Amino acid sequence: MKNLRQIGKSALLGVAVLIALVIYAYGFKVTKVNLDETRSPRRQEQLVRILRALARPDLVTYDQEEYVVNAPVHVPCPAGGYEAPAPNTDEPYMIVTPACVEPGGTVVVKGFNFNPGTTGPLSFIPPSEVSLRMGNIQVGADGTFEIEAKVPKRESDENQYVRAITRKQVGGPKISQTAVDTWDKIVETVFLALLATTIGLLFAVPLSFFAARNLMKDVNSPLTVVALNLLAIPIGLYLGGRLAGWIGGLSQGIDSIVIMLLTVILGPVIAYFGLRWALPQEELTTPTLQTRVIRILGLAAVVFVAIFSLYMLSALAMRIGDALEIALGAAGFLGTFLADLGDILGMALAVITAFVGAGVLSGLAGRLGKFLVRGVQARTAKIVMIALAIISGAAIFILIMMGINWLYQFNKPELIYYWPGVLGALGGLFLGVRMKPRDPFPIGMVIYNLARTIFNALRSIEALIMVIVFVVWVGIGPFAGVLALSLHTVAALAKLYSEQVESILVGPLEAVTATGANRLQTIIYAVIPQIIPPYISFTMYRWDINVRMSTIIGFAGGGGIGFLLIQNINLLNYRAASAQMLAIALVVASMDYLSSALRERTV
Amino acid sequence: MLKVSKLKKVYDGGVQALENVSFEVPKGQFLAVIGLSGSGKSTLLRCINRLIEPTEGKIIFDGEDVTAASEDELRHIRRKIGMVFQHFNLVQRSSVLTNVLAGRLGYVNPVWSLFNRFPASDLEKAMRELDRVGIADKAKYRADELSGGQQQRVGIARAMMQEPHLVLADEPVASLDPVLAHSIMQYLEKINKEDGVTVLCSLHFLDLVHRYADRVIALNQGQLVFDGLPQEINDEKFKEIYGRDAERVG
Repeated sequence: MKNLRQIGKSALLGVAVLIALVIYAYGFKVTKVNLDETRSPRRQEQLVRILRALARPDLVTYDQEEYVVNAPVHVPCPAGGYEAPAPNTDEPYMIVTPACVEPGGTVVVKGFNFNPGTTGPLSFIPPSEVSLRMGNIQVGADGTFEIEAKVPKRESDENQYVRAITRKQVGGPKISQTAVDTWDKIVETVFLALLATTIGLLFAVPLSFFAARNLMKDVNSPLTVVALNLLAIPIGLYLGGRLAGWIGGLSQGIDSIVIMLLTVILGPVIAYFGLRWALPQEELTTPTLQTRVIRILGLAAVVFVAIFSLYMLSALAMRIGDALEIALGAAGFLGTFLADLGDILGMALAVITAFVGAGVLSGLAGRLGKFLVRGVQARTAKIVMIALAIISGAAIFILIMMGINWLYQFNKPELIYYWPGVLGALGGLFLGVRMKPRDPFPIGMVIYNLARTIFNALRSIEALIMVIVFVVWVGIGPFAGVLALSLHTVAALAKLYSEQVESILVGPLEAVTATGANRLQTIIYAVIPQIIPPYISFTMYRWDINVRMSTIIGFAGGGGIGFLLIQNINLLNYRAASAQMLAIALVVASMDYLSSALRERTV
Repeated sequence: MLKVSKLKKVYDGGVQALENVSFEVPKGQFLAVIGLSGSGKSTLLRCINRLIEPTEGKIIFDGEDVTAASEDELRHIRRKIGMVFQHFNLVQRSSVLTNVLAGRLGYVNPVWSLFNRFPASDLEKAMRELDRVGIADKAKYRADELSGGQQQRVGIARAMMQEPHLVLADEPVASLDPVLAHSIMQYLEKINKEDGVTVLCSLHFLDLVHRYADRVIALNQGQLVFDGLPQEINDEKFKEIYGRDAERVG
């Protein structure tokens, strides 16, 4: 019995080994494993050639002196035969035997007095002076060479020549053009990675909180409030955008630098004191309605002044930047940078104002929602909730469908408005009927899952592929690479960051919550101090990754050293490619060292 | 000033932490909560300021219904309830002063606090509170540079920044050695006697209960099994609270 079981076990093992063999055999087949190729002399020769080229990166060159030596030859032999004139034996010279030959015939070329160890091409020069390659010469240590070569089928009555060109290095080594180009591009690469990491960081930090489960799971509000917010936020975004456009238009009307400067200096002062007045630092009693209204008006004025002076700052930066660009000469890029910063500020302002608008309307919606949940009778609250759920459900489905239509252009109203509207309304109705007005709707988890999904989708698309889209948008070059890497970095960092947020200690969170702090305060005081070291560490790590990614992002047109590398590989210019590979290896290794040293210091 | 009635808490996994717990605390009392680990002491304390959401029951604090409060109302209630934790729960990488100032977060304007700006009066008060617990000289240190006893004193200072009417102390001395335990308990006693702050403190050691508490309540498996004076805990009561096999130590 025991024996039988052991036999069974052995048989099973045997079958497993067999299956494994079959699997690997299939693997060999699909990956086209070909050992004959590895042994073929032709392939081996090529391998040696490329390895030797790679081992000699094209970093230095020497100035070269060219020696041209001609020897006459007659093709075909003239009637009386041909005797070459005696060469000047003080200089390098060649003797062709025989001195006349039939087209396609073979001659032996002997060279004397050449520079020992030099190499060069041996060509046939017909009267048309084109150069027909006959072979390569290799001068020996005694300054001679001998080569047997075929003469091309070029007949002529005149003298034709065999020409040898040898080159000799003169002077010291010089940095080659390839090395200069490589240096330019590797600098581009490092800065490409730096910019992408910075932009990614700026977006990933705030976004990471939305993808942190421990922060989002307690975020919930009654369905009424959620529905009102769903309606209020898009309207707020729109109104905020309009406001930004209006203020931006106002600021464009101003052309005087003096007024710009005054606004930029006075604006923040006014805004600061306005804020100090409208937002008292500490308040023990609830203010009256009247003071509140006055404060809100004050705040609105402050927001207006702030946006206006920021637009002025943007215009000022662009104006001064443009002037500096011309005035500074070689350092003109500083001016360009200032102008670009102004431009970015202008664009960011529109987005920020839109968000402010959304925030204000969302706040109002929250107030109204709380009143509709708690301040009215239970029956009214329920009816209001169902109505709002239906409207917002329909609105959100229609908005989504409009987005999809923008991509696919099917332009059928029943597909964009009616069906999604009905479906959304039904969904809202279902939720509204099922929930009680005060029940918490887990909006936090909805946002969490949405954020996670988007990050995962973005992260799964390689930056190398994303760059294709950006190349179409902004053209081939490093800027496209910056944008693609930034987008990828946002997704990757947001995920890494959010996992750090999830692993913080809950104790301090609990303690700060217990003091009566609101959610934002809790994040600032209990979460952020805990996540700074891992955030720094991950950002460094990401920069490291971005440097590596940016070395190849040029393959798809994203600029940086990869652009040069793929060019040289395609041109079979392996010595230049080798120089670029060497540069990549050096940069990646030193980044690795630098980032680990910095991480050690900060964490 | 605090009235807990028929409090019940069932955790998501079905674990019943509190069952029908009712008691009342008059103003200025030092009330000790005793019981085995897992008997529901921490849950009880956290239900009072709703760090943990009670399943059923009612909590009235200073005449306000805590259990029915909206989010905004809850924050106004919380700022009147200071809390001290077993593991101190300081933000390790922040300075002692910032940790203490965090006690004012319920009062200050959120916008300003985001930029770490507190009114001058709060800064003065923070230094006063630190001085009171004897570590004013450590204000600029990082919290994790302090010893355990010092960290707990920061915790007390943070709670006192709230000008609380009630302090919930969740085993404040359980992770400290006995000498330090007494010094921390003396600070709690001081705020109870000098400032008239009501203290609700869960404790492990009965000698601490005898020394500091005005009154004791005991929990066993989520149920209130004793409510009376510390002296009333005789051997029989002790076994009722801690189980048949328990032995008195200390």
